[in-house]
Amino acid sequence: MRVATRLVPVLLVVAVVMLARAPFLIDAAPYESTMGLVQKIFYFHVPSALVAMTSAIVCGIASTVFLIRRRRLADHVALAAAELVVVFGLIVLVTGPLWARKAWGAWWVWQDARLTITLVMWMLFAGYLLLRRFGGAGSEVLAAAVAIFGTALVPFVYWSVNIWRTQHPTTDVVATLPPEMRWPLRWSMLAIFALSGALLILRTQLERGRAELEDAYAAVEE
Amino acid sequence: MTAARRHTRGWWIAWALTLVLSGAAAAAQAPQDDFLLAKPGDIQESLPATPFVFVAYAFAWAAVAFYVFWMWRRLARVEKELAEVRGRLQSPPR
Repeated sequence: MRVATRLVPVLLVVAVVMLARAPFLIDAAPYESTMGLVQKIFYFHVPSALVAMTSAIVCGIASTVFLIRRRRLADHVALAAAELVVVFGLIVLVTGPLWARKAWGAWWVWQDARLTITLVMWMLFAGYLLLRRFGGAGSEVLAAAVAIFGTALVPFVYWSVNIWRTQHPTTDVVATLPPEMRWPLRWSMLAIFALSGALLILRTQLERGRAELEDAYAAVEE
Repeated sequence: MTAARRHTRGWWIAWALTLVLSGAAAAAQAPQDDFLLAKPGDIQESLPATPFVFVAYAFAWAAVAFYVFWMWRRLARVEKELAEVRGRLQSPPR
């Protein structure tokens, strides 16, 4: 945890510098032939989605470790990662419909598997946080099981566009990007991943601080 | 032909029509697999894109800023409270 704590300022500086430069790179990126300007939402939408999915995987792994070994740190990491899923997932769920309204002519297409599964995954992790907030003592075990179900949806979210063909672009879209679009996307991705890494560590520290506080209060009462 | 057979045949026709129509609809809504660069003068916007892009970026930035601020406040509160409780633990009992 000490190494992670030392990593926070580095990650934050990298994130801030890169995020400050990102709008200029995105502005300079060329327009897409059919969607035009609105396609530029892509440069924050896709990295946010990747961060949300990665955080869901982190949450699932940490929850599994917690269920097997009952390590407090694993529970703290799981909670921190679940919060990141909800924050970045919300960004995805808001920016996506804004893009869709212009590109497809509809805010939301329920038949689109990617959209619907992403919403279900987001709701599961929002449920996880509600359970942790209001579930009372022992809710962390139940919440860990919920997190594992949420993580199981990640492959479905990722590959849904390739399996059930709808309007959403497939996963190949990133690999086949022209270099003028690939570079700003990679830049934004690195920036948002650096930021999410710092946030994950800070949120884990916050939870550890809360646990220490509970222990300290218990010691005072004794 | 009995009424039951007519009924079954009706269901089969409806099912076949549904399959054909859904296939045609899927073909009509062919997904976009790659992004191509626009040539100058290609883009003719019917619905202005600027507000959508602006709201999307504003929301993303606001959400991240709010979350960072909220985290910073929670961290500061916990650290302050922890320092107080530790102080109480270390001070000699009266």
